[in-house]
Amino acid sequence: MKTLGEETKMKLKLASLALGAVMAAAPAMADLVVPNLSYRTGPYGANGTQYADGFNDYFTLLNERDGGIGGQKVLTPECETAYNTEKGVECYEATKGNGALVYNPLSTGITYQLIPKVSADKIPLYTPGYGRTSAKNGKVFEWIFNAPANYWDGASVAVKYLLDQNGGDLNGKKIALVYHNSAYGKEPIRTLQELAKKHGFTLTELPIDPPGQEQKSQWLQIRRDKPDYVIMWGWGVMNQTAIQEAANIRFPMENFIGIWWSGSEVDVLPVGAAANGYKSLTFNGVGTDYPLYADMQKFVVEPGKASQGGQFVGSALYSRGMYAAVVIAEAIRKAQELAGTAEINAAQLRDGFEALDITPERLTEIGLPDFGPEIKMSCDNHGGSGMARLQQWDAAAKKWTLITEFTAPDQEILDPLILEDSEAYAKEAGITPRC
Amino acid sequence: MFYREAGDFKTSYRDDGQTFPIRLDRWGYYAILAVAFLVVPLVIDSYWANAVLVPFLIYAIAAIGLNILTGYAGQVSLGTGGFMAVGAYAVYKLMTAFPGVPIVILIVVAGAVTAVVGVLFGLPSLRIKGFYLAVATLAAQFFLVWLFNKVPWFYNYSASGQINAPERTMFGWAITGPATTASAKYLTCLVFAVVLAWVARNLTRGSVGRKWMAIRDMDIAAEIIGVNPLTAKLSAFAVSSFFVGIAGALLFSVYLGAAEASEAFGINKSFLILFMVIIGGLGSIFGSFAGAAFLVLLPVFLKNVLVAQLGWPTDLAAHIELMIVGALIVFFLIVEPHGLARLWRLTKEKLRLWPFPH
Repeated sequence: MKTLGEETKMKLKLASLALGAVMAAAPAMADLVVPNLSYRTGPYGANGTQYADGFNDYFTLLNERDGGIGGQKVLTPECETAYNTEKGVECYEATKGNGALVYNPLSTGITYQLIPKVSADKIPLYTPGYGRTSAKNGKVFEWIFNAPANYWDGASVAVKYLLDQNGGDLNGKKIALVYHNSAYGKEPIRTLQELAKKHGFTLTELPIDPPGQEQKSQWLQIRRDKPDYVIMWGWGVMNQTAIQEAANIRFPMENFIGIWWSGSEVDVLPVGAAANGYKSLTFNGVGTDYPLYADMQKFVVEPGKASQGGQFVGSALYSRGMYAAVVIAEAIRKAQELAGTAEINAAQLRDGFEALDITPERLTEIGLPDFGPEIKMSCDNHGGSGMARLQQWDAAAKKWTLITEFTAPDQEILDPLILEDSEAYAKEAGITPRC
Repeated sequence: MFYREAGDFKTSYRDDGQTFPIRLDRWGYYAILAVAFLVVPLVIDSYWANAVLVPFLIYAIAAIGLNILTGYAGQVSLGTGGFMAVGAYAVYKLMTAFPGVPIVILIVVAGAVTAVVGVLFGLPSLRIKGFYLAVATLAAQFFLVWLFNKVPWFYNYSASGQINAPERTMFGWAITGPATTASAKYLTCLVFAVVLAWVARNLTRGSVGRKWMAIRDMDIAAEIIGVNPLTAKLSAFAVSSFFVGIAGALLFSVYLGAAEASEAFGINKSFLILFMVIIGGLGSIFGSFAGAAFLVLLPVFLKNVLVAQLGWPTDLAAHIELMIVGALIVFFLIVEPHGLARLWRLTKEKLRLWPFPH
């Protein structure tokens, strides 16, 4: 039996715990804080968790092997967003007070939300391969960076690849776009429409409502229309379902191309042998055949410091998360060099991003030769070169193989579109372009 | 001992009919209002505003709205998310079309637009009831979200279909946009919540509310005693949608700043608000606040305890959090099917007798 005194003590304890809990503790200010707004739950969790692991592990590697960057340890406090914008806001507010240097939320919806917020709070937002495409225009989007490639680059590279396949002529071809019916999936439409005009193919747009388990009718339409190619902008469970449905209607997999977010192991493995030959874009290498992984094994995986035990090391999304961390780490290095101090703040990191130049030699030095395209940013270009390549799934070997070199997108189409969209934003938000 | 009517003499009918007949209650109410208006804005930081209080107040408004329709008028609705989307897109179109008009006025107009849409979708309620009506409102939910995704005019032809709230002011203070201070956001939502709760309370205890309740309790009997089901049901839909529309407008413009229809206003939102109403207590204004607090604050609180205090992995914490919230919902519904409001009422009954219960 509890005495009254004990009970009050318990209550006091609980109350103080509650009070302490909401006043989340701040880490030591001397470290470099790179919050990891991840999602390991919900319909996108299978994809998000691998990306988050790669992101964490690269910084762990730098901390273990080099003692951080410029002698400063990098902390990656994680916050679960579940790909939900409201939780994303909560995570942003919870972490920004702790000296957060840069955000990488891996969600186009959350990115849209954060663009005005980070611009007001003066914290860089790095959205590699997702987010708002027109953020490439650094004149308008001072704090946003989306190198090495954005959705419009992806759409253009995919079409370029198809041009190559067809001897430079897509006249009269039919291309269907299967897309996640959200800001993310709608991004490429405008570019593809322009490209359709330029190259004379017809574009069919097939929206799929998120999360995307239900897409029978769209694939029925594809079976009826018989498009020559299907391009997909999917994420999470939508990818697996789409590839399964494509297999069900016996759509030739080699004519099915996904964006880089629709090209990971979790998307094709459930479909088994039928997924063989499925293609997707990518802007980073896959597999563990890079010198860096020897260090990763030695300093992170073997000592048991890997995020979630290192079960996904080398997978497509793990590699992409790691690549994002590589770019951020390089930007931090650059910022330290420019600022002349290792203890940089968010504004100095922004300058580091803007002066970032990751050459192929530098990538080799890091231990990732030919892992990503060259990234060179400037005041007006926050998006790098936009180069991407294609990978193809080998169902027997259960791995992705790179099938093209890095290809540059059709900037002739993209530049006016980016200018138009970013100027519309500048007008709406009352921003005067810089540079 | 402290909490009773004894010695609190009322000399007019007006005093007798007041919302808080017990003196301590009244003081408590004024004290909460005073703290909320005078103290909190001075100490609030952006985490407390954006992650805790602003969503709580906005969801409380939406829950009051749904409570009017479902709790008071007995019309089950699963279209709340869709109606919130109407409010959000209406305020977006108004904000971009009339940049000079104070934002608060635009939010109220957005509520009015939603009321009109709500009445339209309320028309089937004249013919169908119960589960069938729920399905009809579900159609509203899907139709409205589809509409805002499909027709580019609603999102001003932006490339991605996202809507972004530009900066708008009231009396020179930024209310929307990134430069808004935490206290401005909080105060805007607080003013709306307090005024709307006051309106709802007075509507529901007046003749309009009595008609709604008569319809809820037995529509045929209500019709026989002279309640016009057409006006009663449609007015419930209109008022409810007005509240929900304002909540949607605030959610988009003040709280999130950017939104897309299917993500922010999907079917999950409809369920979330329905759960708030059920857990808080059907037919209770206090219950709407309690339900919103339960479903907005508890997950944030649990997350902070599990991740920040106990240092659990975020995915484990997220799963445990869902389980705890789910288990608590089941627990509360078993222990008190009439919701948190009923628990509160029972507590007050007990307090009245304390320390000498029968």
